[in-house]
Amino acid sequence: MKLFYHIGRYSLFVKKVFGRPEKHTVLVKQVIKEIDKLGIDSLGIVFIISIFMGAVITLQTAYNIDMAFIPKYTIGLAARDSMLLEFSSTIVGLILAGKVGSNIASEIGTMRVTEQIDALEIMGINSAAFLVLPKMLAFVFIIPFLVIISMGVGITGGFLAGALTGEVPAADYIYGIQFAFIPFYIAYSIIKSVVFAFIISTVSAYWGFYAQGGALEVGKASTTAVVTSSVQILLFNLLLTQLLLK
Amino acid sequence: MIEAVNVFKSFEGKEVLKGISAVFEKGKTNLIIGQSGSGKTVLLKSLVGLHDLTSGDILYDGRSFPALDHKKRKALRQEIGMLFQGSALFDSMTVEENVRFPLDMFTKMTEEEKRERTNFCLDRVKLENANKKLPSEVSGGMQKRVAIARAIALNPKYLFCDEPNSGLDPRTAIVIDELIHEITHEFGMTTIVNTHDMNSVLGIGEKIIFIYQGEKHWEGSKDEIIHAENEQLEDFIFASKLFRKIKEKS
Repeated sequence: MKLFYHIGRYSLFVKKVFGRPEKHTVLVKQVIKEIDKLGIDSLGIVFIISIFMGAVITLQTAYNIDMAFIPKYTIGLAARDSMLLEFSSTIVGLILAGKVGSNIASEIGTMRVTEQIDALEIMGINSAAFLVLPKMLAFVFIIPFLVIISMGVGITGGFLAGALTGEVPAADYIYGIQFAFIPFYIAYSIIKSVVFAFIISTVSAYWGFYAQGGALEVGKASTTAVVTSSVQILLFNLLLTQLLLK
Repeated sequence: MIEAVNVFKSFEGKEVLKGISAVFEKGKTNLIIGQSGSGKTVLLKSLVGLHDLTSGDILYDGRSFPALDHKKRKALRQEIGMLFQGSALFDSMTVEENVRFPLDMFTKMTEEEKRERTNFCLDRVKLENANKKLPSEVSGGMQKRVAIARAIALNPKYLFCDEPNSGLDPRTAIVIDELIHEITHEFGMTTIVNTHDMNSVLGIGEKIIFIYQGEKHWEGSKDEIIHAENEQLEDFIFASKLFRKIKEKS
């Protein structure tokens, strides 16, 4: 029953988030600020995760298909498709659910328990739209760039790992990442990431927005936000894969 | 003038306000007093529209707040200023940006006009050299002043203060009380202050309403309260040794 309660309340919350902004100039300024806070500040973690993921995928594939009749370039192909199809969108999404999701939930939760949200409401401002819409728009806008960067860095990480360990010759790897390339995989990954960005920003904001009590409750809201966002990312990953790759 | 008409408010079946009716007069500092848990914060939040009423009515100069549509309610909210218990300043904004915020959101003032209005409000609450500081960088008393400056930025008709001097030392508490009192008279506002501080009651209580277990038990002025014949009110006023001694001497 509680699940349906939260689904209902979340739907109403999202409706409020899409309420008309008070001033478009203020919204634009907020979106730019959030792009910096949620997107640019996440570049470091995306870079680190991607380079290591690409490297590990390449080495694991190399060790597992170490057979004479399987050409070496398939390692590059496997690394590329793994990054494009799954890692750059889903794993980066899960990592960002932790970083960005907890940030959003704790920021909005703290504003709730310190009555800053009440202060906005008293002024006649739609607090859900004012606080959440810029974050959501900014994150949905910036995540495709993060995903594309992750793809590039991950594939480069694979190349470096293969070359430095001598497991995959550079020429084979480069041939592999160009072999049987399907451009739609990039679109598929971006579509997934946009949906994940929407989930992370709105679900985390929802838990923060309805936090009650003090610091302890804000901490709990933050944890719940990360867990729920992550579960939803996995669920929608499955649904979107079935819908888009069928 | 703000009028509460037979206000009831329940939370999950538990009745917190039980038919409160009261008139809060224009140009006066109206106080809602009562013990912790008596329902005074719920009453204040109901008056200001943060809680929907279970039944009853709230009239702002004859306009029924619960009956207003979204657009009219939004317009009315811009006539309201509120000072929260914990100041509720926006952490990420400087003192100046906090005061300027309602002007940015609701006016078409030029940058220069906004700067002038912001400085006027900060001067009015006697806050100097703090414009560029963050709320976390100023004292509790200064935070309250900033919150008052923000509350009066749009020149409101109605001012609500939820325990304005909680967490402040006695001297700063008196300064904040006096500031609220002065501003009320200067701008002819209807001010409602929620407090359980007897210094505030005796200092600025032009009209006082005493709430006990969600019901209005007494109303009067600061001159009448000491001699009020109400058991619960007496318990509340003379809870401290100091006030018991004053009573014995008088």
